[in-house]
Amino acid sequence: MTAAVSLDRVSCTFGTGAQAVRAVDSVDLNIDAGEFFTLLGPSGSGKTTVLRMIGGFTLPSSGRVFIGGQDVSHQPPYARPVNTVFQDYALFPHMSVRDNVAYPLMVRKAPRALREAKADQLLTLVQLPGVGSRRPAQLSGGQRQRVALARALISEPQVLLLDEPLGALDLKLREQMQSELKTLQRRLGITFLFITHDQHEALSMSDRIGVFNQGRLEQVGTPQQVYDTPTTRFVAQFVGAANVLQGEAAQRLTGMACAMLRPERITLGPQAGAKAEGQVSEVQYFGSFTRLKVQTWGTSVQADLPTGSALMVPPLSATVHLHWDAGAVHALATG
Amino acid sequence: MPSRWLRISAWAVVLFLHIPLALIVLYAFSAEDKSYVFPPPALTTQWFAVAWEREDVWDAIKLSFQVAAWSTAVALVLGTLAAAALARATFFGRDVISLLLILPIALPGIITGIALRSGFHTLEIPFSFWTIVIGHATFCVVVVFNNAVARLRRLNPNLIEASMDLGADGFQTVRYIILPQLGSALLAGALLAFALSFDEVIVTTFTAGQQTTLPIWMLQELIRPRQRPVTNVVAVVIIALTFVPILVAYLLTRADEPGHR
Amino acid sequence: MHVDAPQGLSRRLSDLLYTRRGLLLLALLGPVLLWFGVIYLGSLFALLANAFFRLDDFTGQVVREVGFSNFVALLEPANLDSARRTIVMAIAVTLACTVLAFPLAYYMARHARGAQKAALYIAVMLPLWSSYLVRLYAWKLLLAKEGAISWLAQQLHAQWLLDALLATPAIGGPSLSFSTMGTFIVFVYMWLPFMVLPIMAAVERIPASTLEASADLGAHTAQTFRSVILPLAMPGVAAGSIFTFSLTLGDYIIPQVIGDSTLYIGQIVYRQQGVAGNIPFAAAFSLVPIVVIGVYLWLAKRKGAFDAL
Repeated sequence: MTAAVSLDRVSCTFGTGAQAVRAVDSVDLNIDAGEFFTLLGPSGSGKTTVLRMIGGFTLPSSGRVFIGGQDVSHQPPYARPVNTVFQDYALFPHMSVRDNVAYPLMVRKAPRALREAKADQLLTLVQLPGVGSRRPAQLSGGQRQRVALARALISEPQVLLLDEPLGALDLKLREQMQSELKTLQRRLGITFLFITHDQHEALSMSDRIGVFNQGRLEQVGTPQQVYDTPTTRFVAQFVGAANVLQGEAAQRLTGMACAMLRPERITLGPQAGAKAEGQVSEVQYFGSFTRLKVQTWGTSVQADLPTGSALMVPPLSATVHLHWDAGAVHALATG
Repeated sequence: MPSRWLRISAWAVVLFLHIPLALIVLYAFSAEDKSYVFPPPALTTQWFAVAWEREDVWDAIKLSFQVAAWSTAVALVLGTLAAAALARATFFGRDVISLLLILPIALPGIITGIALRSGFHTLEIPFSFWTIVIGHATFCVVVVFNNAVARLRRLNPNLIEASMDLGADGFQTVRYIILPQLGSALLAGALLAFALSFDEVIVTTFTAGQQTTLPIWMLQELIRPRQRPVTNVVAVVIIALTFVPILVAYLLTRADEPGHR
Repeated sequence: MHVDAPQGLSRRLSDLLYTRRGLLLLALLGPVLLWFGVIYLGSLFALLANAFFRLDDFTGQVVREVGFSNFVALLEPANLDSARRTIVMAIAVTLACTVLAFPLAYYMARHARGAQKAALYIAVMLPLWSSYLVRLYAWKLLLAKEGAISWLAQQLHAQWLLDALLATPAIGGPSLSFSTMGTFIVFVYMWLPFMVLPIMAAVERIPASTLEASADLGAHTAQTFRSVILPLAMPGVAAGSIFTFSLTLGDYIIPQVIGDSTLYIGQIVYRQQGVAGNIPFAAAFSLVPIVVIGVYLWLAKRKGAFDAL
């Protein structure tokens, strides 16, 4: 089965000579048709540049980009079967909502009646019936986002690119849109390529995640794979909180050179059978859990204790004993 | 709190700036036709009718309109192209080109005028309607350019990317997205260029052959007055004709100015 | 339902311009650079070249050999006189404009608010954008022997003052509308708006706290003005003076219409290239204002004028 999107050793360098910046460094990526794939990473990690190269807004310095099996590396955006939902929605302010949504059909010379009917259809799909004759300036942020979505879907692209579309929304609205997007994607069956720096979003919405760091793709996998078995230190620390142990502490506590231990896998218990002993240096209450920082073997270990267990939260400087099961520790590549 | 003297002197200067203009309007109705006597002995509107009959005035107006129209058209094309190239560019030549565009209007008219005259003379091009247009278009470009650049800088670049992303090629994007956004800025630029060309006299005298534009007509009247009342009437008409496009242009582009009040 | 994208010549051209950005830039800038390069820069070059050529007295044709006869002719007393006269006028006009513009600019910057400020702004802009010739004509009316100023002098019984001024050599003349004094007044009127706006902008940039501090530390209004406001407004004055100075240097119409028969630089340039057909000399003479303005710009830049523009 041909991949929906495929990147073959794609690199992108900006500037020349001494000021050259390698925004994307030899990335190989295969995204399956119908997948909800998320590009995850901090700002400047190259994920946006990768998206732009797939969309056609930036041309790769080397390597090739394939969409649906076709080499589109140097094709302009309007020739590619890909549409984008921009971070600031980029709705055309001088056109009505309906004309915005119908725009892709208009530039393809579809007759007016047809494209207006289809536009109304799409607006209903994104749950915005009846706003067709308004201007974008009259809509709220959430409404504009749905219009941008409708506009990107109307020409039935093979792949939909979403560039941090939920960043401008407040928390409640964001969570609502997350589940709506997911539902929509499953219903339409289109490949969604989603960009975010929010790992919670990535974990909850994606079929697979690609984690970026400084222009390199560090790991690709399902949310579970990326969370439970990160391949690099960066991935371990970026996706979820992690204790990354090195050197002496790692040897003493895990017997490995470099290891990762998730805070929620640590519990407090009696001295017998404890994996480690240390002093509590910090206590933070987070509602559903309490985070302890425990000093042991010259390093600080984070433990997240769920609220509700019949356990007393120890005071500062108390000595505690940490327990975890063997499977909670995961080896990481050193360096 | 402003002192009384400050306020008085400020308004006195404003008065100083406007009394001459008000006086012209008064004189257009003066019944006296042999001199500029003040106060006018009587008021009449007869001179408006007399001016209406004057062939040479109409010829001059017509010529000025044609020159301004052609110059504005050329300036629109060149100014918009230049603005499109430079609005977001960062290459080294950008400041140089901006300076080049503003030179014709920044240097005193006599320098631009005599430079163009030298140029035409050296190439042995006869002075005609078209040499006037060439001169005017050259200093009108920067007016359109400034307006277009100010508007293009405010344009969200994502709009252009979005348009292309959704299937419109470069030309369609220009037609459906860029030009509508630019529209009122270009109109303002065109109005200003038109007013500038219509009123210009210095460069015109250097690049004209036997042609008489309205400002040249006015200049001749200033040096050798023929029918003073007619000149008064024409002056009032000129005030109206150049004031309106400027005001409209200002209203169209208020939001584009940095530090706008 | 899927609508197919159009595939035509325009689309292929669009593809080409998209992938080759350099080509796009060339297409956009090409016509402009061609026009300005050939027509404008070419003309300036022709001007410079002509300054070194000379006019053959017998044939009346331009002799295209490099020589310095024009520059030697520049040093003749009549020409030096004219240059001196023009420069002195430019300086006088600049000073007068500064004095007149300052109160208005200061008032607009510090005390006018909202609608009043907008009204004042338009009130200053209006004459700026009105026709130059019409404004000149208005002064012709005002300055005429039988005109409004004479009438005013008579009403105030100050006719003797007017006559005395007109009789003064160097600034007087047969009547106000044909005198150096008249020329001076008209120049000041014409360029005044150019001075008001930059000064206003410069004064606006002075933080109110600075003025309050000066008063707080015990300075009188006059002292605050001399030591705080004036120095800080200087870039605005310098910026405005660029206009008044260079516009006066190059003007040949006002001296001709209002002046007495003494010649200014602009008039000489105009006459030489017109009636005399002596473009080489006219070109050489026009280099004088260019050089003077160049020097002035350099001085103004050191005073920070360009930041205030």
